[in-house]
Order: sequence, then C-alpha cells, then structure tokens
Amino acid sequence: MSVRFLLSRLLLAVLSLWGVSVLVFAILRILPGDPAVLMAPVGSTVQDIERVRREFGLSGSWWAQYGAFFLSLCRGNFGRSLWLQQDALRVILERLPATLELAVTALVLATGGGVLLGACSVWRRRSWLESGAVTLGTLGIAVPNFVWGLLLIVLFGAILQLLPISGRIAPEYEAAEVTGSAVVDVLLRRDPAALGSVLAHLILPASALALPLLAAVFRTIRSDLLGALGEEYVVTERMKGLGEARILFWRVLRNALIPTATLIGVQFGFLIGGTVLIETIFAWPGIGQLTLQAFQYRDFPLIQGIVLVYAVTVILSNLAVDVAYSFLNPRVRLVS
Amino acid sequence: MNGKLWAGSAIALLLLLVALAGPRLAPHDPNRQDLASVRQPPVWAGGAWRHPLGTDSLGRDILSRLLWGARVAVVVAVASAAISALVGVPVALVAGYARGRVDTVLMRVVDVWMSIPAVLLAIVLMAVLGLGLWKVVLAIVIVDWTRFARVIRGEVLALREKEFVEAARAIGLHPLRVMVEELLPNLVPLIIVLVSLEMAIAVGVEALLSFVGLGVQAATPSWGAMIAEGRGYLMVSWWGMGVPMLALIVAVVGFNLLGEGLRERFDPRLRMAA
Repeated sequence: MSVRFLLSRLLLAVLSLWGVSVLVFAILRILPGDPAVLMAPVGSTVQDIERVRREFGLSGSWWAQYGAFFLSLCRGNFGRSLWLQQDALRVILERLPATLELAVTALVLATGGGVLLGACSVWRRRSWLESGAVTLGTLGIAVPNFVWGLLLIVLFGAILQLLPISGRIAPEYEAAEVTGSAVVDVLLRRDPAALGSVLAHLILPASALALPLLAAVFRTIRSDLLGALGEEYVVTERMKGLGEARILFWRVLRNALIPTATLIGVQFGFLIGGTVLIETIFAWPGIGQLTLQAFQYRDFPLIQGIVLVYAVTVILSNLAVDVAYSFLNPRVRLVS
Repeated sequence: MNGKLWAGSAIALLLLLVALAGPRLAPHDPNRQDLASVRQPPVWAGGAWRHPLGTDSLGRDILSRLLWGARVAVVVAVASAAISALVGVPVALVAGYARGRVDTVLMRVVDVWMSIPAVLLAIVLMAVLGLGLWKVVLAIVIVDWTRFARVIRGEVLALREKEFVEAARAIGLHPLRVMVEELLPNLVPLIIVLVSLEMAIAVGVEALLSFVGLGVQAATPSWGAMIAEGRGYLMVSWWGMGVPMLALIVAVVGFNLLGEGLRERFDPRLRMAA
C-alpha cells in the first residue's frame, strides 16, 4: 500500500516537472513579445535578430521548438548564460546552496517562532503577550516580504546599527567554499568569530523571509489550540490534576502539529519565491539575486534555468512533505 | 460587524475615495521636478506646508505622488482581483461539478502553475510583457487565477453533494444551469472573501514589481517605485521611503482585514473560534 502511494506521488512529481517545462516554454514564446528581439542587443539589425533566433532554437514550429527544448533539458543542458558566458545550469547550481541555506533557516525560524508564539499566546491569554502576538499575526501575513526586509534594514542596520545588512560573511573571515553552506563551512573550520559573523549576516534576511510564514503558523496553531481547549480529553486531563501549562504544551500542542505540518508544506513554495526580493535587498549571493541580475542582461537561457530550478525545488519539497505526512498520519496512506 | 470588518472597510473606502479624487486633491503635479527644493522634510519634521509630506530627491511633492500612487494601487487591486475571479471561478465550477477526469486534468494544471513561485512567475511575465499598468494586471491574473480555482473547487465538491443540487439534477436541469443558478449563488460569500484577500496580495505584488523596476512605467507614480527611489537616500531623508512604505502597509493590511472580517462574518464557525 505504502509503496504504491509513494510511487503515485513520484509519478505526480515527474508529471509536474514536465508541466513546468511546458509552462516555461510557453511563457517565453507564446506571450506577445518576441524573445529574439528581447535577447538581441539594443540597436540590432533584422539579420542580427534572425541569427539570435537560429542560435537559441527560436525558429520553426512550436512543436519542433519544444521537442528540441525538452530533449536538451533531459540531457541536463539548460543552454549557455549570455551574460556570464558559462553553462547556465552550472552557474545556478553554484549559487543554489546559498538560497537553500537562507530558505531552510527561514523555515526553521518560522516554524519554531510560530509554534512558540501561538502556544504562549493561548497560555497567557489577555496579556500584552497575546495582543502583541495577534498584532504580529495580522501584520505578518499581510505585509509583503520585501517590506519586512526594508523595515529590518532600517531598524537594525541604520538606526540601531547592530547587524550587517548585506552579504553572507564579513570580508576578513572569507575563505574558499567547501560545502556551499556558509554555516557548515565555518563549523568545519571551528572558528567561533567567523560563525558569529555568518549568523549575524543570516539573521536579518532569514527573518524577513520567515515573517509571513511565521504569522501563518502562529494563526493555525493558535486557532487549533483555542478549539482544542474545550475538547473532552483536555477536560479529562484537567480533572486528573495536570497543570494548565503541561496540558497545553505536552498534550494539546502535539495534536496541533499535524495541520501545521501541512500548512508549512503548502507554504514552502511561497517562502522560496520570497528569496528573489530578499536576496536582492540583502545582496545575498543566491539564485534569487541572480534572477534580477539575469533580467538586466536579458539573459533568457539563465532565466529559464532559474525558473526550472525553483520549480524543481518546490516540487521536491512538496514530495518530501507528502511522504513525511504519510508516515505521520496512516489514514492518508490508506485513502490514496 | 466585527472589529476587523470595521477597520478593513474604513481603510478600503478611504483608499477608494483617494483613488477617485486623488488627482483633484493633489496639491502639485506629481512629476514636476524642482531641483531648488529637493528632499524637503515633512511638516512635522520642520518642513513647510507647501509640501506637507516633504519632497523626494528630484524635488517632487511626495503627497501628490502618494495620492496618484493610490490610484495605481487601487486600479491594480480591483482589476486583477476581479479578473482573476472571472477566470478562476468558471474553472472551479467545471472541475468541481464534472469531477473525474476533467477535475484531475484541471487540478494538475493548477498544481503545475503553483509549483513556480508566484513572485518569480510575475517577474518573468513582466520581463516578457514589458512595463505598464494593464500588463501588471495581466501578470497578476496569470499568476493568481489558480488561487480562486483551487479554493472554490473544494467548496463546489462539498456543495454538489447537497440535496438542493441533487434535486436540480433530478428534475433534469442542464449542468450549466445547475452551476450558474444553484451553485454560483452559494459561492458568492466565499468569492467576495477571496476577492478582498486577493486585493491585498495584488497591491503587494504591484509594489514589489515597481520596486524592482518591472511594474508600471517610470513616469507613473507608484508606491513601489517611490520606495525604491527613496531607499538610496535613506540616511539623509527617511521620508522618501518611509511615507510610501507606510501607505503600502496600511493598504495591504486594510484589504486583508476586510477579507478576514468578511470571512468571520460569513462563516459562523470561525466567529466562534475567534
């Protein structure tokens, strides 16, 4: 049963990947706006544009174009970056770890912060803690990532001057990358000062990226907990003489974690998308920053590759959530 | 009426009025540069009443640009939310009512759409389409129709099992009439909620696109572009970025409160929980 479920999910992921390749292909070719004209340098002649068209497989029928596009993708060939004059996939994979490090840190912050804040707001009802948390929940979900980023820069970078606002590490600690993750690198080097610098650089962009998801986690946990407090098992626990905090944090919170896990799975794609702006604002050298740079150079092969890599990340994380969820909750396995 | 609904409606109404009357209220031409009075502070920070919210780095009046920018924000919010609903709701009705293979295919398309992060897709679309107000609307619709499709399809699946729908089918009503006459009226509250929430998202996306220079044309005052321009002079004149950012936060929070207030009003279960 379980194997069949996993296989069907895997098949779905592969199907989604194929769908994304069609969508990416369609966006750049079917919408008004000729990609050959967009890619050719300003002031190109008709002949130049024709040459670009031939070079990037933009001539012939859509079917033939898509066939060629799909085959080269299957071979792992995303084309050459016009701007960097390198293999596009290599450029992207070099920068992907930085983006993943930022996204995973934000995910941890959002989950931990959201669960803690949600539980505390229910534990200490009608306190400044609850009203503060509820306000943050309302603001966090509405205000876009990049505005949080700018606000954090103003507060911690400009006014308080506490934290660095760009890059991944202070120049004096810079060293050759080993694993791609700056945190793991400095841990391997056993250099506490460098670790401090890396974490100081990480905290602001990760927080800006995390805040909307943190607010969403907070609200789910809070409404679950409020609903659960009237349940019979909670009344039973109370009659058994268990303290309110113990019931809340040990019994009720555990039950609220499954819906939260689903929410986080659904929202991870949203969080990943936020890296485009956050990396640009904080000069974080990942694929988000690369995206807007690629647009400035009209580097369509690179853009195409970035979109595909982003989509692969989202699809794989959805797959991981589905699999993890089926282990957590046996009912799902049986239904599917 | 709950507090969220009050606050949300008040802010939405204010924005609507400003968007309609903005050009008349604006004390100056939003694009008129005056290099003799650049980065004038707002009145409460020692500025003159001639420019109540100060001026930007080109000497343009921030209040006037803010009012014109409200017009861009509201037009984008209303148009893209309404059109997204017009695209997403029919898809949801067909998928949820037909079920089976049609539903599977349509929902797989939605899945694929949603596996490209929304912000990234919007940026790519703008880069291909070019700048402009209506292109921003088009990009947001292409990205966000899936939100309506997915949520409303779930509701249709639940509704179609109800007796009144079964009765309509039993008397031989055409599927199209069942969808439009029986299902659609029951979806209106949910659609209204989604439209208000979508307006909040659209205002944010427009600001974001204009912030990175892929939104409305440069001559059109937009909050996102004002934030980007003000950012460079943050240390000498914080109001260049601070004022439009505050306006943006008020707008997105306002539309969001409106949506949530409406949801709590329409859904008694949520009212109990809140």
